[in-house]
Amino acid sequence: MTNHWVDIKNANVIVIMGGNAAEAHPCGFKWVTEAKAHNKARLIVVDPRFTRSAAVSDYYAPIRPGSDIAFLGGMINYLLTHDKIQHEYVRKYSDATFLVHGDYDFGDGLFSGYDEEKRSYDKTSWSYQKGADGFVLTDETLQNPRCVFNLMKQHYSRYTPEMVSRITGTPKEQFLKVCEMIAETAAPNKTTTFLYALGWTQHSVGSQNIRTMAMIQILLGNMGMAGGGINALRGHSNIQGLTDLGLLSNMLPGYLTLAGEKEQDFAAFLDKRALKPLRPGQMSYWQNYPKFHVSLMKSWYGDAATRENNWCYDWLPKLDKVYDVLQVFELMHQGKMNGYFAQGFNPLASFPDKAKIGAALARLKYLVVIDPLATETSEFWKNFGEFNDVDPSGIQTEVFRLPSTCFAEEEGSLVSSSRVLQWHYKGADAPGEARNDAEIMAGLFLRLREMYRQEGGAFPDAILGTTWPYRIPESPSPEELARELNGKALTDLVDPKDPAKVLAKAGEQLGSFALLRDDGSTASGCWIFSGSWTQAGNLMARRDNADPSGLGNTPDWAYAWPANRRIIYNRASCDPSGKPWDPKRKVIAWNAKEGKWLGMDVPDMRPDAAPEENVGPFIMNPEGVARLFAVDKMAEGPFPEHYEPFETPIDTNPLHPRVVSNPAARVFKGDMDAFGKAAEFPYVGTTYRLTEHFHYWTKHAKLNAILQPEQFVEIGEDLARAKGISAGDRIKVSSNRGHIVAVAVVTKRIRMLDVDGRKVHTVGIPIHWGFKGVARNGYLANTLTPFVGDANTQTPEFKSFLVNIEKA
Amino acid sequence: MQVSRRQFFKICAAGVSSSSLAVMGFSPGTALAQAREYKLSRATETRNTCPYCSVGCGILMYSLGDRSKNAKSEIIHIEGDPDHPVNRGTLCPKGAGLLDFVHSPNRLQYPEVREAGASEWKRISWDDALARIARHMKADRDKNFVARTDDGLTVNRWLTTGFLAASAASNESGYLTHKVVRNLGMLAVDNQARV
Repeated sequence: MTNHWVDIKNANVIVIMGGNAAEAHPCGFKWVTEAKAHNKARLIVVDPRFTRSAAVSDYYAPIRPGSDIAFLGGMINYLLTHDKIQHEYVRKYSDATFLVHGDYDFGDGLFSGYDEEKRSYDKTSWSYQKGADGFVLTDETLQNPRCVFNLMKQHYSRYTPEMVSRITGTPKEQFLKVCEMIAETAAPNKTTTFLYALGWTQHSVGSQNIRTMAMIQILLGNMGMAGGGINALRGHSNIQGLTDLGLLSNMLPGYLTLAGEKEQDFAAFLDKRALKPLRPGQMSYWQNYPKFHVSLMKSWYGDAATRENNWCYDWLPKLDKVYDVLQVFELMHQGKMNGYFAQGFNPLASFPDKAKIGAALARLKYLVVIDPLATETSEFWKNFGEFNDVDPSGIQTEVFRLPSTCFAEEEGSLVSSSRVLQWHYKGADAPGEARNDAEIMAGLFLRLREMYRQEGGAFPDAILGTTWPYRIPESPSPEELARELNGKALTDLVDPKDPAKVLAKAGEQLGSFALLRDDGSTASGCWIFSGSWTQAGNLMARRDNADPSGLGNTPDWAYAWPANRRIIYNRASCDPSGKPWDPKRKVIAWNAKEGKWLGMDVPDMRPDAAPEENVGPFIMNPEGVARLFAVDKMAEGPFPEHYEPFETPIDTNPLHPRVVSNPAARVFKGDMDAFGKAAEFPYVGTTYRLTEHFHYWTKHAKLNAILQPEQFVEIGEDLARAKGISAGDRIKVSSNRGHIVAVAVVTKRIRMLDVDGRKVHTVGIPIHWGFKGVARNGYLANTLTPFVGDANTQTPEFKSFLVNIEKA
Repeated sequence: MQVSRRQFFKICAAGVSSSSLAVMGFSPGTALAQAREYKLSRATETRNTCPYCSVGCGILMYSLGDRSKNAKSEIIHIEGDPDHPVNRGTLCPKGAGLLDFVHSPNRLQYPEVREAGASEWKRISWDDALARIARHMKADRDKNFVARTDDGLTVNRWLTTGFLAASAASNESGYLTHKVVRNLGMLAVDNQARV
């Protein structure tokens, strides 16, 4: 979230689309209720199902799964044609005025530079025009046909209300009603906030779903405002933290990135990431990249990391491609992986096409499952009848299952969706011999290190050189690790402006990432967490819930990254002269007398940057402003375009029939053949979560199993009637990859929609059952789902695929 | 009507039954059997965070046992933390069942191995489990580690073993996990953020 849970109460309009906060995030949803009750906010829900979020909304519009870009693109068109944008904000705080490369083009579903063979783009033309001074050329009058604003206008002019309705199945009047309600917040003192979750990410166009919404928030001037922002409601208690810590194939902690194998030159590696400003006077904060990277290396390698050896640059593995989970399971399926670890993760249940995942695991030499619970993955080799019909004797994988502690039995911090790091404490010992994850990792690492020390082996340098400064090496404590994450001074840090002043003494915890240096004098395991455990102690354990501004910011409750800032981009909550767009919701303002930015939040701006300096509020972008035109950042184009799901119920794309689905999405050989066609599988399947369950965990908890004991699927009344299915019947749901059998719930909540002249029915498939647990055994829902992901993130397309149903 | 303990016994001795005393609305202060002590009042309260979704609700866990060396604590009750600014004491139906997650009959108790082709688990010690896993890792890494590509690029990567990290684990565990797997050269690393 750019903002935070409590801040939702400050919104005027709340849109829940691609999520279902009332059921998936119930205690966060209370702030929607609060906004409605005390801020006269209106709630809009756009969803294929009339969810419990929809049940308390002021306005609900149905939509076909996988057509969100058409809906939101149509909204952009509406805002532009009805002149409902926050003009000054768009002109000053976005790249609307920037001129785009002359070769950039879009036509018939493809952007310039497409290579059909490689299913990817040469993105050279997806860039800005630059002047002789190296800065981007702009047109403040917005007259130039090559400026971003006009190209955007042209791009979305095709998204007429009629076209939107034809693609999405949303009746035109309902679409227009939603546009009208949102458009009111183009007023500088009004905000819309968008709440979304996996309903937007789990598509082959997931990232672009979110980008389209982000563009709307820029056009409305909602970023940085209290009650505005882009609010991803994340799915696990520390999924934000693990993302922050870079536990992804190509990442390092703090959104630093690993090098590609071609990046053999360290200076060039840093230079490419230390982005220079594209406009005069901009902060382009990533210019500090070398400080963050070198501090991480000092944290990992200590004295071994020196300027001479490029801070051990060669020790880091280099990428030839990204090894996301779909790529890894594809390789595993081909027999190219030997070992795999699942730490608190249940891939057999979580990844698409269960049959393929099971077959892939069966080709491993060893699998290690570290978990508090007996997961399906740990028993993928065992026969559970119809739910997991395998022959153990034919599976040669050695499987280890290691018991780990759960939340109640361990200490440490978790990052909530609000980016708030909250410390928690241990309440009891774990059952039996369970150990915590850090102890298990230490146990493995120390054994390996000893083996390499004694026996040698492949490239032992990084293993032997990794710092392990923990008092009990077999059990690094959360306090030690949290201090390492924050970082410390390795030598006395002298103020560059005043040599007499020492900012931090050697060995002291750092107060902020602003103190990090690229000369080896500081260490920090994750720069964005710097400030969380300072000389003042553990700020993540703070419990002052005072709310001095009344806007719900609670600045002394725990610790928010970055820099304890609760609303990111908050400079944009003020007009260019430094006055709040809405004085009633003042986050920060320029204080001319003191010559700095002050307010209820930590300013997201150089503290003394006077408004006349025109330093843009989007400090992480080298432009200094927000991008309506994504330049080369996205795989499938600088402007989001509607592409059909890989399994489409309409067999075409009404905007451009020759380019139906995402042309830049990666599809593995064999998986293309495993896609179903509408003739055989006419209904749209979509997976989702229930109020009473959490993923595949709570089926192990009795109370939750009692609340929702048995697997079911939801179908609309029209479809039930057509198929002769009554509520309570057992039905078989099939896709081209397998089938599940479940009880039918016949409901008014899922409507039939008219899409491109066809009647499209949706089948709702809750995901929470499996063959382990105290609930009644059921099928893993991912037996049905397709093995294809978003072109940028490779998040699988679980929200829109094709199925057929019949009475079982 | 206040009756001291001494007076109460006198009254009883006078042959008045206690049931009729109650009927008279005559209820002695502390003399009768005391109401059972509220269970949580002798429990230890520990602050924690709900491990499910990312709202990050504050929870209070109540356990028996005083945390002395040989007293085994047992969590007997979990509820929302009323001081928490986001959930303000509430829990949803998922979080309301947390106690049953902690005490699930499917909690793993000790390390196990399923040998190749076997149809059952076998209990093993932590030492054996970690030693065997580390041996597998080293054998695979030594055999398949790529220090340099054929065209001479230094890459120091190990692609044949992968790791999924737990997004309900703490930052501290996650960081240590990252530090270990990356320095073994792994690139097939992901967490639930991918799905």
